[in-house]
Amino acid sequence: MIAAIVVLSALAGVSGLLLGFAAVRFKVEGDPIVDKIDAILPQTQCGQCGYPGCRPYAEAIAAGEADINQCPPGGENGIVALADLLGRDPKPLSTEHGVVKPKMLAVVDEQNCIGCTLCIQACPVDAILGAAKHMHTVIASECTGCELCVAPCPVDCIDMVPITQTITTWKWTYPVVTTKAAA
Amino acid sequence: MMRFKIVTSPHVLQNTSVGQVMRRVLYAMIPGVAALIGFFGWGVLVNLVLATAVALLAETVMLAVRGRRLALHLSDFSAVVTAWLLAVALPPLAPWWLTTLGVMAAIVVAKHLYGGLGYNPFNPAMVGYVVLLTSFPREMSAWLIPHGLYQPQALTFLETLRTIFSGEWPARFALDALTGATPLDALRTQIGLGLTVAEIRNSPVFGFVAGQGWEWAALGFLAGGLWLVYTRTADWRIPTGMLGGLAVIATVFYLIDPQHYAPPWFHVWSGAALFGAFFIATDPVTASTTPYGRLIYGVGVGILVYIIRGFGGYPDGVAFAVLLMNIAAPSIDLCTQPRVFGARRG
Amino acid sequence: MSRLFPFHGGLKTVRHKTESNRQPIQPGPLPRRLTVPLRQHIGAIAKALVQVGDSVLKGQMIGQADGYISAAVHAPTSGVVVAVDTRPVPHPSGLPDLCVVIDSDGENRWIERQPVVYRALHPSELRNILRNAGIVGLGGAAFPSAVKLNLSGQDQHLETLILNGAECEPWITCDDRLMRERAAGIIAGLHVMVHLLEPREVLIGIEDDKPEAIAAMSEMCAGTGYAVRSVPTRYPSGSVKQLVKLLTGKETPVEGLPIDVGVQCFNVATAYTIHRAIDHGEPVISRVVTVTGHVSRPGNLDALLGTPFAELIEQCGGYREKVERLIMGGPMMGFALHSDEVPLTKAANCILAASAEELTPTRPVAPCIRCGACVEVCPANLLPQQLYWHARAKEFDKAQDYHLFSCIECGCCSAVCPSHIPLVQYYRYAKNEIWAQEKEKQKAELARQRHQARLERLEREKQEREAKLRQKSPARTAKAEDSGAGGKLDIQTAVAQAKPQPLSLIPSHEGTGESEGEKTDQSLGKQDV
Repeated sequence: MIAAIVVLSALAGVSGLLLGFAAVRFKVEGDPIVDKIDAILPQTQCGQCGYPGCRPYAEAIAAGEADINQCPPGGENGIVALADLLGRDPKPLSTEHGVVKPKMLAVVDEQNCIGCTLCIQACPVDAILGAAKHMHTVIASECTGCELCVAPCPVDCIDMVPITQTITTWKWTYPVVTTKAAA
Repeated sequence: MMRFKIVTSPHVLQNTSVGQVMRRVLYAMIPGVAALIGFFGWGVLVNLVLATAVALLAETVMLAVRGRRLALHLSDFSAVVTAWLLAVALPPLAPWWLTTLGVMAAIVVAKHLYGGLGYNPFNPAMVGYVVLLTSFPREMSAWLIPHGLYQPQALTFLETLRTIFSGEWPARFALDALTGATPLDALRTQIGLGLTVAEIRNSPVFGFVAGQGWEWAALGFLAGGLWLVYTRTADWRIPTGMLGGLAVIATVFYLIDPQHYAPPWFHVWSGAALFGAFFIATDPVTASTTPYGRLIYGVGVGILVYIIRGFGGYPDGVAFAVLLMNIAAPSIDLCTQPRVFGARRG
Repeated sequence: MSRLFPFHGGLKTVRHKTESNRQPIQPGPLPRRLTVPLRQHIGAIAKALVQVGDSVLKGQMIGQADGYISAAVHAPTSGVVVAVDTRPVPHPSGLPDLCVVIDSDGENRWIERQPVVYRALHPSELRNILRNAGIVGLGGAAFPSAVKLNLSGQDQHLETLILNGAECEPWITCDDRLMRERAAGIIAGLHVMVHLLEPREVLIGIEDDKPEAIAAMSEMCAGTGYAVRSVPTRYPSGSVKQLVKLLTGKETPVEGLPIDVGVQCFNVATAYTIHRAIDHGEPVISRVVTVTGHVSRPGNLDALLGTPFAELIEQCGGYREKVERLIMGGPMMGFALHSDEVPLTKAANCILAASAEELTPTRPVAPCIRCGACVEVCPANLLPQQLYWHARAKEFDKAQDYHLFSCIECGCCSAVCPSHIPLVQYYRYAKNEIWAQEKEKQKAELARQRHQARLERLEREKQEREAKLRQKSPARTAKAEDSGAGGKLDIQTAVAQAKPQPLSLIPSHEGTGESEGEKTDQSLGKQDV
């Protein structure tokens, strides 16, 4: 009886020490899950999810405040990746946050731009160049296609254009193979 | 301006198809099957035809249910191969419902419920066989004595049909006169009775190397199998591994105690060993798929066959050995990836 | 005969060489209009040096190499530039690319051609000459040769220089004819390479189905120390890594280049263009191309780059009946073209007009039965059936675990597949997707950093502003807020000035106009002017 108590106590003590040591030794700084979620998000910074950028959304997901299906630019692949990471079931994109669209690029109609700098202030990634009363232009390679610059423009001179396929961006397609009956 | 068809490379392909592969397997079985018919009578042929018919019917129904293209998938002959593999393994006078049930289990359950050709993890024919063996052991062990087709003791074609479809034995024979233990069965029970291998071998069931009649069928299957390997329809590694594994472990036990363990040539030549090595274990869908893996897979089957024969509850173990190794195939594949061109050695 | 080191796998394919290799190389046509793509090589597209209306001379540089991995492009004949814009080019996508279109004046007037005494030159100067002559690999990959002729970046010493005359693809015979007829030029070009690379040994690999070419090359090599090696006819022995293995026994590391094992490999036609550039001062403006298959008179043409495929076909007697595919390159690795109105490029070694006679009809695809026929033939020693499995399931990580990027897309696996699965297309798809995802990731990372930087900037500005405000009286703080509204006013005035219409018309999209106005206010309020 006493022996059993002693042995069990000793076991508990050793395990406790081990766990305590592990907690100190393998302590993780910060919140890696937020980083992991953030790494999956497309970094469009468009705010369609209802949060002011991708990282706040990542934090909200990690805190359980937001669902994983609020990011239209991430599309289905993004939701699947998040579901995978968090061990949840994938679900369809929440329509109140938007729909999946092909990737777009903001283009300033330079004829009509009045140089008001409103779009520059709206751009989450500083991808618009220009100064007050000077024509603005979008750095195409840095534009995330978030559309945040479209609404503020007082003269409606920013268009979202689909990114056209060129020889350098062309991809081989998934083979079309039918094993099902034609019916 | 001309419009051209856009097709991805390569544009010149070899003339091969799944149907061709499967048909070759069927051709290769002909010599062995002919020997079986010669020794065991028309029952073998009736089983074969019945199994083929049931398999094609089941295949058609399942393909239709699953919405697949009938013409494409029926022309691959895979269902026929499954039917033949199973039919050859059944007792020649197996009642019709036994054959039907086995084929249904193979095609419907083991093949299509797992996703159809290419997706089934277990060899369908062997699943069908094992289902029958475990459910109907009495019917499955009623093997005929290999009298030969034109001996007076042999059943005529009509008698065979009647026996298979009505279940009644022809009145002119007692059951015991027709059926008997298979050589492996005899060896197993008699060793259990304390006889030595040499004494058992004197029984008339045995022929030159292995079972009388059986050994000729085995020779037929060996010939067909070698042709399969020659035409590269079957990978040489699986039969080599399996027969090699079986021979090695049999030799070890034979050298330890020749009184109680049959010699390696007996094991290789007996039961379904040769048939299994070239026709069953080589089913590519369920076997290992890497070159090394196939060798290991074969060796595994060979060793398991010996273990089941020697120490298990059944006289022959090819079906169980193959199914067990089917489970192991994905893991074997994972561990036996070939060294990629340019990868560091070792 | 020296020892060869066979590679794993490979195929005996149909040959079809005699259709086109019996006649000597003929000069190609002089088309009225040439379309010269500025991207005829791997790497950055060349920068156009000419404008519409410019007169150009034959051999004049019209596109300049842009960056280290790039190559120059030259006018194939004299004439006038009529357009610099996007035109259809030979590419599997059928998409257009930037081209210089030249209307020929029919006179073929050359620029001043200056042979180079290369032995007197510094290697980097010599490389520059080759770069400016537009020399790229003519075997099909079109990698800029000057880059491969530079060893100074690596400290290893070149063991072996290999000249690739294997030409393992069926139907193609341009290198065969070139070696038979212009072996002297090839060896002259080889001398230049040897001068630059100083290899310990020089091997010329030729498949043994080209005895005439082997004889011609051996004759020219006599006394030079270069060794011609006949290699067994087994596709894909002409693939760089396989040829290097075959001749030297060395395996190019995964994701590495032959130079990593001290070997460099060039096509025989590349050597010939080097000879033209050095000994005649002629840049790459033409190439020998095999026109074969279902045409009336198959053969090899020494044609100007930029010549439309249709005119090359015409010169070879035109299509015979029922041509259904037009393939650039060989039938194993070449790609089907959408149209024959595309120009000849440096990479085009063969134009194969194919009818049902030359091709295998497309057959329905059956499930993979894991038979392993593909494993037997894979020259990269991969497990194509496993790669297929993962590529099909879009499990790109696992496909990479099975060394997807070691696949050379030779097509052997597809060719032997009894289930007729378009394996190579699955691999290409998976590779392209992985590259695209990689790019996307980089772009996302950039956006993340820029967003982060912006947030930090805004924070900094806010703090600076607050600090400034704290120095001033509280009364002025209120005023500062007013100035925010003032800023808005300024902009509205600016809008009014820029646009002649009255202000009220500006938010033309009804309904949302309100909320957008609010948004504008908010953003203005945050951003002090």
